[in-house]
Parts: sequence; C-alpha cells; structure tokens
Amino acid sequence: MTLHADLRVTRGAFRLGAELVVQPGEVVALLGPNGAGKSTALRALAGLLPLTGGHIRLGERMWDAPPDVFRPAERRPIGVVFQDYLLFAHLSALENVAFGLRARGVGRAAARAEAARWLDRVGLAAHAKARPRTLSGGQAQRVALARALATGPELLLLDEPLAALDAATRLHVRAELGRHLRDYPGHTLLVTHDPLDAMVLADRLVVLEHGEVVQEGPPTEVARRPRTDYVADLVGLNLYRGTGHGTAVSLDGGGTLTVAAPATGPVHVVFPPNAVSLHPEHPAGSPRNAWRVTVAGIEQHAHTTRVRLDGVPPVLADVTTATVADLRLRPGDELWAAVKATEAHAYPS
Amino acid sequence: MRALALVALVVVAGCGTAEPTTGGQVTVFAAASLTETFTRLGEEFESANPGVDVVVNFGGSSGLAQQIGQGAPADVFASASPANMEQVVDGGGTAAEPVTFARNRLEIAVPAGNPAGITGLADFAHADARIALCAEQVPCGAAAKRAFEAAGVTPRPDTLEQDVKAVLTKVRLGEVDAGLVYRTDVRSAAGRVEGLAFPEADRAVNDYPIAPLAKARNAAGARAFVDFVRSDRGRAVLAEAGFDAP
Amino acid sequence: MTTTRRRTGGRLPVALVVPAVVGLAFLLVPLVGLLVRAPWGTLPTRLLSPSVGEALRLSLVCASLATVVCLVLGVPLAWLLARGDVPGRGVLRALVTVPLVLPPVVGGVALLFVLGRRGLVGQYLDAWFGVSLPFTTAGVVLAEAFVAMPFLVISVEGALRAADPRYEEAAATLGASRWLAFRRVTLPSILPGVVAGTVLCWARALGEFGATITFAGNFPGETTTMPLAVYLALETDPDAAIVLSVVLLLVSVGVLAALRDRWISGPS
Repeated sequence: MTLHADLRVTRGAFRLGAELVVQPGEVVALLGPNGAGKSTALRALAGLLPLTGGHIRLGERMWDAPPDVFRPAERRPIGVVFQDYLLFAHLSALENVAFGLRARGVGRAAARAEAARWLDRVGLAAHAKARPRTLSGGQAQRVALARALATGPELLLLDEPLAALDAATRLHVRAELGRHLRDYPGHTLLVTHDPLDAMVLADRLVVLEHGEVVQEGPPTEVARRPRTDYVADLVGLNLYRGTGHGTAVSLDGGGTLTVAAPATGPVHVVFPPNAVSLHPEHPAGSPRNAWRVTVAGIEQHAHTTRVRLDGVPPVLADVTTATVADLRLRPGDELWAAVKATEAHAYPS
Repeated sequence: MRALALVALVVVAGCGTAEPTTGGQVTVFAAASLTETFTRLGEEFESANPGVDVVVNFGGSSGLAQQIGQGAPADVFASASPANMEQVVDGGGTAAEPVTFARNRLEIAVPAGNPAGITGLADFAHADARIALCAEQVPCGAAAKRAFEAAGVTPRPDTLEQDVKAVLTKVRLGEVDAGLVYRTDVRSAAGRVEGLAFPEADRAVNDYPIAPLAKARNAAGARAFVDFVRSDRGRAVLAEAGFDAP
Repeated sequence: MTTTRRRTGGRLPVALVVPAVVGLAFLLVPLVGLLVRAPWGTLPTRLLSPSVGEALRLSLVCASLATVVCLVLGVPLAWLLARGDVPGRGVLRALVTVPLVLPPVVGGVALLFVLGRRGLVGQYLDAWFGVSLPFTTAGVVLAEAFVAMPFLVISVEGALRAADPRYEEAAATLGASRWLAFRRVTLPSILPGVVAGTVLCWARALGEFGATITFAGNFPGETTTMPLAVYLALETDPDAAIVLSVVLLLVSVGVLAALRDRWISGPS
C-alpha cells in the first residue's frame, strides 16, 4: 500500500500545494524553512486540518477528498510524535502509551501489557510509573515515540521530533530513532528543519519552500545538486557512513577520516562544505585529513561557490570567489582537499 | 486619598450643623408602604413651598429606625408601626411626640378573577390553597397573626415573605391563591389583584406614626412637612390610596 | 554586595503595598465588627436552637445540590463556549454572565415568569406533571444554581481557554473521540480551574438571598436558608442575626480554607 497525497490547502494568503508519495517502510523527510507549509502538510495528513483541494489516499482507502470525504484524525490509522511530545501530564508513562490502545477499544489489561512491551522496547521499562514531568527530554521523546507506535499505525508522522532536545541527548536519541524507523514497516513522514536529522534518518528528502516542493530525492543527491540557494545552504553537508576505531573512521564508501572525538562502531561523519579547504599541493603542517580529489563541477550560489569534488571520499567544498580565481578552478583539475579533524564530527548511527 | 477625604467630608457634613429655615432640603424617612402617597405629598409640598426640596428615603420601618439610631441624616420619620417609632423615641431621636397620621387595615388579596375561589380567612387553613403571608418579624406579619387569632383560624402558609410588597408580587403573578396585605397595596395593584375585606381586619389595624427628628438639619422644614401630611390635603391623598383616617 | 542585592530583592513597592493593606482592611474589618458585636454569652444556647440547625442544614444541602446542578450543566457549557464552533459565541459568553449583573431579586422574578405556576414553562409542568417549583426546596436549589452558575462557567471556561488544545489533537491522533478526549485528557488538565469554580459557585449559592426569597419564598425547614433567616432575624432580633451570620461565616471560611489548601494553591 502506497500513501498518495496531493495536499492542497488555502488559508488566507497562504497556499500549500505539494504532492507526496510514501512507500511502505520508507522514511520521507519534509524539509523547509519556517512558514514553508511543513506543519500544514503534517496536520492535513494527520486529519487535524481538512484539505481544501487534492486528496490523501492510503492504498485504496480515501482519507480526505474535499468536498465529499473527510476522515477525522481519530479514524485514521496514524501515530504522531509532536515537537514537544504533548504527553498527558496526569497520566504515567505507561498510561500514556496505553492511551491509544484504550481509545481504540483494547481492554485495559491487554493495553497495559502492550504498552509495557513498548516501553521496554524503547528502554524505559523502569519508568513505567513515572509522570511525564519527571522524565528527561530524551526519555519523554521515547515515550512519545512508543505512544505513537503502540497502536500499530500505518502512517507515522514525526513533527520536529528532536528539536526540543539538547545537543548531547540529541545524538543518542537520533541514532535510536533511526533504529526504530528502520524496524517500522509502515510509512514515515518526518517534518524537520534540521538537515542533519533529515539526512541521517530519511531515505528521501522533499524540500518545501513557500508551500511548494522545490526539490526531492535521496539525501546525497539533493546535497550534491541543490536546486535553490536555500537547499544549498541547508543540505550542503558532507555526510559519510563508516566504522569508528578511535579517532580514525574507515568510511563504507572507501577512505579514512580523522575525527575530533574518539568513536567506535557504526557512525556518521559530518562536516560542512566550508570546513573544506582546497590546495594545489599536499598541505603541510597540522594533523588533518588531506586527500586527492578531482573537480567534478562548480556551482555559483548566492554567497559562495560550491565545488563538487570526486575522490575517496567524494566531497563538497564551499570556497570564496577569490579562491576560485587563485586556483583557476575548472572541471577535471586535480587538487588536494583538507579538513581539520576538529571540524569533522562522528555521530553514532 | 482624595476619595477618602471626600467620604470623610460627607460623613462630617452628614453629622453636621442644623439650618433653622423652611428653605433647603427636607429629608424624610418613610415606610415602604407609603411610597406612592409620600412621593406625591413631597411633590405637592415642594410646589407649595418654592425653594424647598423634599428627599424621601423609603424602606422597611425597622431598617429605617436602625439607620436613624446609627445617625443617618433624617429630618422626619414616618413609620408603618408604632413599635419602630418607639425604638427611635427611646433613643431620644424625636423632636416632638409622634402622632398617628394614618391607619392601614389588612385585606385578603387574590389574583384577578380569584381562580381559587377564596372567600374569607377560613380558606387560609386549607392545605390545597397556596398561601403567602408576611413573616411574623415584619409589621404586616404581626398584624396578620392578630387577625388569625381573632378569627380562630390556623393558617397554612406556603411562604412567609420578607415584606408586604413581596406577598403582593406573589399574588399578582398568580403564584399563590391568596395573601394577606394592606388595603393600600390592593389599591396600588388594582386590576391585577382583587381585595376581599374581612371582619377580623378591625382587630389588626396598623397605626402609622410620624415625628420630626431631634437631629434634623432642617427643623423648621421637618415641622412644616409633618403638618402638611396631617392637613386636609394630606389626608385626602392618603384616603385616596386606601388609608383610614386616624 | 550581598546586602545590597538582598535589600533590592526584598523591597516591596509602596504603590502596591498601601492599597493592598487598605483593601485587606476594607474586607476584613466588617468581619471583625461582626465578631466583636456577637453575643458570645448566649451564643451556645442560640446555636443549639433547632431553627438554626434547620436553616444551616438546609443551606448546606441546597448549596451543594445547586453546585452539582451547576457542574453537570456548567462544565459542558463552558466547553461549548471555549471550544465549540457555535456562531455568536461572544454574545453567548456575555449572556451567560447576565446573572452576575442582574440583581438577584430580578433573577428570582425572571425565574417565576418562566418556572412559576403561571410561567412560560411552569404552567405545563403544573398541568402535565403536577410539578410546581416555587416554595419548594427544589426551587431554592434552582434559584441558587441560576445565580451561582456563571461563577463556575467563567472559571472553567478560563481554564479551558488557557489549556493547550493540542493535547486534544494528540488524543485524536491516538484514536480518541472528542468526548473521550474531553473526559480523559482535557478535564483532568483543567481540574484546578473546575475546583476553583466549584468552590466559588458553592460559596455564592450558600450566600444567595434575593433570587431564593423571590422564587422559592421563605418557609422554615422548606426554603428558609441561612441568609433568609439572617434577614428576617434582623427585623426583630439583631443579635440572632449576628449569630446566624457568624455561623455562616465560620462554616464557609472553614470549607473554603480546607479546599483551598488542597486544591487552589496549585502545584507548589
């Protein structure tokens, strides 16, 4: 069953017109600046906001097709993780997770047993009786995820699921969320403005600007060929999967990078294009990553020039116009790329 | 602070000096049952004495007597019961001996058309008749008690109202089948309420005393107003409203 | 350093303290007057008189029943005003507060016009079911509920409007109908507001005089609540009136203080 959505919402001066297709097991990230229509799209899919045009259809079942069909939120097989989780403060963690099952007619004992299994799966079995306000941000996020998944929804909607967390917690929760999403057989739509979340968690990015889809595709593809300045700024990230052995990470696609903090096991290594410097010769001096690359393309954006470079690994570099002139960059040129170890961050995946 | 000063000023003025002229303002504290007559008498007194302003404060006689006792600025007190006047006399509040200026007698009040077919006090003892009386604590209730005792009837009221106007309202709205009120009240509600006189009413006549007050700011005005109420003109207005002459 | 900071933090603005103290005195001094003038010597015998007990019992029962009526009708009404998509909601909201500004006596007359023996609705109640509300204890409950309900509606509606409606949306995405979401999510979250409104409503009902005496009349054991007994006692026996008032005062302060500690002070 595929989710087909032609989301058309007109409210005052704002218009959303976006088509989305999500396959079972696929994680699609809806990425865009504030006011682009991400939340509107999510609310429409959840049934909290009726469409003014278009349709939402899961397989053969129509969820919304104005003016005739509208299935409200409580009658859609969905699970939603809200940005600030919206855990019910007067209920324990277990009762929060059991709420959806009870609302859908599951008996009290069965609902509690199932909820306990979910809490165990997210590693919070010991906190079953805790009230939400006694939980840490990361724990609350996991309760919210368990609550959304406990009813076995066909569509999982995540609204900025990591935005409320501090940087350190975020790393672990992101990795854990990634594992749960890989296990989840349904359709997932992740709304975020954080490119790293999108690129790490999603199989496909859909970038929304001013209520319209400006670009979509696999994360690396979108990063390599951004179609607008916004996309270039936003998803211009060098992101690699690899295995950590202390400060050295051997990349799945070949090559090795030295990172700032030691890491072991599967990791993502991330650094922005402006952390990459280009040199005609092997750069001498400080301990940093340096490897041979070939210029594959040069794109001029609003404030920078982005250079696509083939090599092991391939890399994106943002350089100033002066550097382009100094090095007389042209496709096919051979250069050295360098990244300081302090700029390269490894995240557990 | 300025507001507080103003309040203080008003209080001081209220307790203050006497003006021995017939001009100015005459403040009359009068029983609620005198509302229609005293409003009219006040207007007539004003036109007969240019420059005089009559202000009448109507209320329950016992409440008015208490207010006078607490130093309320009044020149004349007209009470619906001798007992309340007695209270003021005992407190040394009157400037002259109170005199009875009117009498009021009870009547049975029934809603227009008399739907329950009430004929006399005996009907007040029937369980199925809806009856309103004044509470015994207020003058009309005390008068009613005397009337029932005279008639040898034990009434079965459904409600004991706080004043005679409340009884009248219940009769007027048809919420009760009968009530005991003053003849003046029946007059004032003519058309909506019918009155039935009964012989025992003679045993429960209410005297209305009036007196100028000792702390009057306008002693001359107070005396003049009391005289006017007792004049032929005053009696005519009172008789028209249903009061008996003393 | 420390001293300076401590002093700045602790200094209370005179512009607030002075009116606050005056306001406090304004509210409390009349109560003190009541207590000072109370005939303490004869108090025990007066208190034990059956008429006082009867009036007190009737007051407590009627105020509590009226509060139940207000809860059953007022909480849904507050929800409708806060969350319902009803046209003319602003006008409705204003109309709900009418009993607050209406002199209670007028409220009582209005109730008679509607529910009295010849009232718009009352005549049919009387003709079809033989039910007549004026001069009955049920009438007292209705009169008190009429006057007290706005207090409950306003505070529950305020709590509902302050409550985040997204929790109801979260419940909806979990499959909860609006009724279930209201019962299991919204109501528990606004409980402090409901309790505060209930307490205000009960206190207002307990002190109700005008609408009660107008609509339900005054008959000992049937409709004579404490405020009515106080009013009539004032006519002949002011001491008795003070005793009754002191009883009413102590009972209400006792109940309100107990509830306040438990509920209204909030999570601290």
